Amino acid sequence: MTPKNNSAVLRVVTKQIIPMILLFALYVQFHGEYGPGGGFQAGVIFAAGFVLYALVFGLDNASRAMPARALFKLAPLGVLLFAGVGVYSLLHGYAFLDYTAIDPHDPVHAQHLGILLIELGVGLTVFSVLLLIFYAFAGRRRADSLTHKDMG
Amino acid sequence: MSENALLAIDAVLLVILLTTAIAIARQRNLFAAAMMTGLFSLTLACLFVLLDAMDVAFTEAAVGAGISTVLMLSALALTEYRDHPTSRGQHTLALVLCFAVGALLMLAASEWPALGDPDTPVHQHPNTAHYLEQSREEIDLPNVVTSVLSSYRGYDTLGEVTVVFTAGLAVLILLLGVRKDDDSEGDA
Repeated sequence: MTPKNNSAVLRVVTKQIIPMILLFALYVQFHGEYGPGGGFQAGVIFAAGFVLYALVFGLDNASRAMPARALFKLAPLGVLLFAGVGVYSLLHGYAFLDYTAIDPHDPVHAQHLGILLIELGVGLTVFSVLLLIFYAFAGRRRADSLTHKDMG
Repeated sequence: MSENALLAIDAVLLVILLTTAIAIARQRNLFAAAMMTGLFSLTLACLFVLLDAMDVAFTEAAVGAGISTVLMLSALALTEYRDHPTSRGQHTLALVLCFAVGALLMLAASEWPALGDPDTPVHQHPNTAHYLEQSREEIDLPNVVTSVLSSYRGYDTLGEVTVVFTAGLAVLILLLGVRKDDDSEGDA
């Protein structure tokens, strides 16, 4: 995980590729209703972008771009967003996770909105959990630099 | 594409799959073995594409070939790169076990219906007809997989996300350790 001996070619190419990976992840996230993909795949690809960054530029730079502290908040936020949509339906007199509650006058539109929200929840949780696990594995050798300051 | 061409592609992919599996088992260098599990997943993803399971193929490629290979490599970086030779007795036992389980699976697979057989319970179930015929009206999404996963079976998906979250939490607790206070060495 030391970035020192990486060649300039690797660094330049990685910098070009990462924005495309992240953009593709967003495409998969918000286009999953129309093509293959969805929150789960998007979260994995988004995490892969940061993993690539960490592999080439080092864990310290990656945790500066996406701090573990933020990931620890995003992971439960995704689950809460998903469950929150369900509770919202319950409170409005519909079945748990019945998206009609979001827009009772236009049930199809409500379905679209509900799916968008819960897929976002899935994506957030999968992304943060995977990246956190990677951070934890990669930072284990230097436990004092990551676990105490960034993960504490 | 003609039936024969598809069959040929299937055969080639299955041969690659088998070769990779044997190579992984024989490999002493664990880094190389981990890289080859990535190749295994990628080949598997290609097979899923041939079965028209795009969403599954996508997941297999992203998780199996991508993230889990990296995680495996980072885990290896913490242990040893090389496998220690095992005794011959263990080899025979493992081989017998592999063939026994393999034979059982083959036996079970021989009972499978043909691919795309319309008379299977999956296709006969009223839910399938409902998902395929009514989802256009009720949810109006071109990708029925998304309609099923996110809306009809949203409850299951919520369970899956909770599993991902809980499993991640468990792994992080194991890796980082639980510190009672700053002086203890819980994560050493």
